Amino acid sequence: MPLLEVNNLRVEFPTRRGVLTAVDDVSFTIDEGEVLGVVGESGAGKSITGAAIIRLIEPPGRIAGGEIRLNGRRIDTLPPEEMRRVRGRQIGAIFQDPLTTLNPLYSIGRQLVETMQTHLGLSDREARARAIRWLEDVGIPGAAQRIDSYPHQFSGGMRQRVVIALALCAEPRLVIADEPTTALDVSIQAQVIALLKRLCREHGTAVMLITHDMGVIAETADRVAVMYAGRIAEIGPVREVVKNARHPYTEGLMGSIPSLTHRVARLRQIDGAMPRLTDIPKGCAFNPRCGRAFDRCRSERPELMATGGPSRAACWLYAEGGHARDAA
Amino acid sequence: MRAMPLDAAPATTRPLVEVEDLARDFDVSKPWLIRLLQGERRRILRAVAGVSFAIPRGTTLSLVGESGCGKTTVARLVVGLYAPTRGTIRIDGIDLASLTSRAQQAPVRRRLQMIFQDPYASLNPRWRVGDIIAEPIRAFGLLKERSDIEARVSELLRQVGLSPKDAEKYPHEFSGGQRQRISIARALSSNPEFLVCDEPTSALDVSVQAQILNLMKDLQERLGLTYLFISHNLAVVRHMSDRIGVMYLGRIVELAPGETLFASPQHPYTRLLLEAIPDLEMTGRQRTPVGGEVPSPIDPPSGCSFHPRCPFANDRCRAEAPRLIRRGETEVACHAVEEGRLAA
Repeated sequence: MPLLEVNNLRVEFPTRRGVLTAVDDVSFTIDEGEVLGVVGESGAGKSITGAAIIRLIEPPGRIAGGEIRLNGRRIDTLPPEEMRRVRGRQIGAIFQDPLTTLNPLYSIGRQLVETMQTHLGLSDREARARAIRWLEDVGIPGAAQRIDSYPHQFSGGMRQRVVIALALCAEPRLVIADEPTTALDVSIQAQVIALLKRLCREHGTAVMLITHDMGVIAETADRVAVMYAGRIAEIGPVREVVKNARHPYTEGLMGSIPSLTHRVARLRQIDGAMPRLTDIPKGCAFNPRCGRAFDRCRSERPELMATGGPSRAACWLYAEGGHARDAA
Repeated sequence: MRAMPLDAAPATTRPLVEVEDLARDFDVSKPWLIRLLQGERRRILRAVAGVSFAIPRGTTLSLVGESGCGKTTVARLVVGLYAPTRGTIRIDGIDLASLTSRAQQAPVRRRLQMIFQDPYASLNPRWRVGDIIAEPIRAFGLLKERSDIEARVSELLRQVGLSPKDAEKYPHEFSGGQRQRISIARALSSNPEFLVCDEPTSALDVSVQAQILNLMKDLQERLGLTYLFISHNLAVVRHMSDRIGVMYLGRIVELAPGETLFASPQHPYTRLLLEAIPDLEMTGRQRTPVGGEVPSPIDPPSGCSFHPRCPFANDRCRAEAPRLIRRGETEVACHAVEEGRLAA
C-alpha cells in the first residue's frame, strides 16, 4: 500500500466570474521514503495540490472532489481537530519563504520544543535536548548557544535549515516541500537540498517536492509529475521524463531550459502561454500550443495512459491508433 | 575630468563600452544624532569595489553572481541611475562623467537603454502601451509627427512579437512574458546600440524565458546590439554570452570567454558555483556541497573576500587582496591560481 494516495482530486475556487478549477482530476501515489517531484509553471496547480493534501487551501477555495488517503485512511474528510494532529505529526510542511513559516515573536528553540511537545508529548528537558540535536543535525553552528535566538537573527539559508528541522522534528512520514530553495542563492540552495535529501533518507521520510526548477527535481526526486493547467500531463521516473519525455509539453519544457553542458544557438520554445483558469481550452488543455495536435486533441480530454515506456502521459498520441504508437 | 573622444585605438576596433575601476559606496549609517549618542561610526557598504571590463560592439558580456555581489549596482552605474564613487565609464570613447549638462548627455543617453527585472513594476500601469513605448521617442525628440510616432510604435511592437493593436491596451492586460516584450520595445524605441539587461527573465517561467531569450538573440543579430547581461542563472548566462564575469562581494573574480569559463573554471568561487547548480544532465549525481555563506559587504573579510569559504586559502589570501591576472584567455583574481597551488 502506498503511503499517500490521491485519487481524482479536484480543487475549486468560486469567483464572481464563475467557478475556477485549479486542480482538475489529479491522481498519484507516493511510497514510503520516496521523493516525488511535482514540476510545472506558475498557475499549473502544483502548490494547490500540495496545500490540499495538508488542507491549507485558503477559503473560498475548497476540495470539490476526489479523496486523499494516508496509510489507507482518508484524511480529506477528517474533522479539523483531527486534521490538526495529522498535520505536523504525520505530514510536515516546508514553504518557500522561511520568514513567513517561522513565528517572529518566538525563539526558534521555543518553536521546535512546542512542536515536539504537541505531537510527541516530550518533557521540557527532553524536548529542549532534542531541539538542540535537530539544530546540530541541520547544520546550525553553535546550536546550543543559538537555540534561544529569534528568526530575524538568522540568514535566509540558516532560516530555511530551521524550517527543515521544524518540519521533521515530529518525525512525520511525509514532508510537503513547496519551493523550498527558490528564495535562496545557488550555493546555499545546494546545501539545503543536500540536507533535505540526507535527512529524509536517514529518517525514511517521503517527500513531495514542489518546484518550478527542473534541475532541482532531476537531482533529488525518484519520480516526477509534470503539471499543466491543473492536471498531470506526464508522470514517471525522473531520468525517463528528463531524457525521454513523452508528452509534447514535457518535451518543450525540457528543450526550453538552457543547458550548462552544451550550448545551442536557439532554445526550443513553446509559443504562447499557459491558459488562464478562466479559459482552459476544450479537449487537451495544451492543444493550442502543441505542434502535434490533431482533431481528437481539440475535442476530447486525454487521461494519463501508458506510453510504451515506464512513464504515463495524458496525450492522445499514445492512445490506441495514436501517431506516437506507430512511430515507436 | 578628461573627455577623450580621440584615443589611440581607432573607433571601429575600440570596444563600445569600457569600464575602468568602477566603484560605488552606499552610506548605510544611522542618523548622525543617534551615531553621536550611541558612539557609533559611519557604516559604508561597498557595493562595487573596483570593476573593470570592456564590451566589444555586437557582443554580450554577462555578469553573474549571488545576491549582494554588486551585479545590479554595476548595471545601474553603467546606465547612469547611480553616480560612481570612483572610476570611469566610456561609451564609444566618451567619458560619461565629462558630460555635465542635459544637452550634452542626451545624445549619449539615447544610445544606451535598460531592461529591468520585474515587468510588473517597470511599466506605468496608468499609461497605454503605445505611450510607454513612445516615451523615449518623445523624450529625445526623435520624431515629431504623431503619425510617425504611431508608425514607429507599431513597427516596434511587431519587432518584439506583439500586435500593433496592443498599443491601445494597458499593461495589466498582458502576461509577464508579454510585458517583458513591451519593456524591450520601449528600450529599442530610441535606436540604442547598447542594452543593459538586469535579470530580464528571472521573473518568468522557463517556457516564457526561452521565448524572451530567443527574441533578445534575434534582435542582437538583426540590430547589431551590444548587451550587458546581468543574471544569477549560470545556464541562462552561458546561453546568452560571449564573455562572462563572475562577481563576488563587489569584485570580478574571474572574467573569461563563456566556453572557456565553463570548460575550465579557474577561481575557486567559480568552481563552487558551477558545482552547485543542479543540472538536468546530471541526474542522480552526488555533489560536494560547499559550506558557508556570502559575508556582509559592510564589513568584508580582509585580503581576498572569498578566503573564509575557500579551501585553498593561506596567509597571503587572508592579508592581501588579489588582482585580476591574465592567464591565456582568462583573467582571474586568485593567489592560489597565480602561485599554481591549484590544479587546473
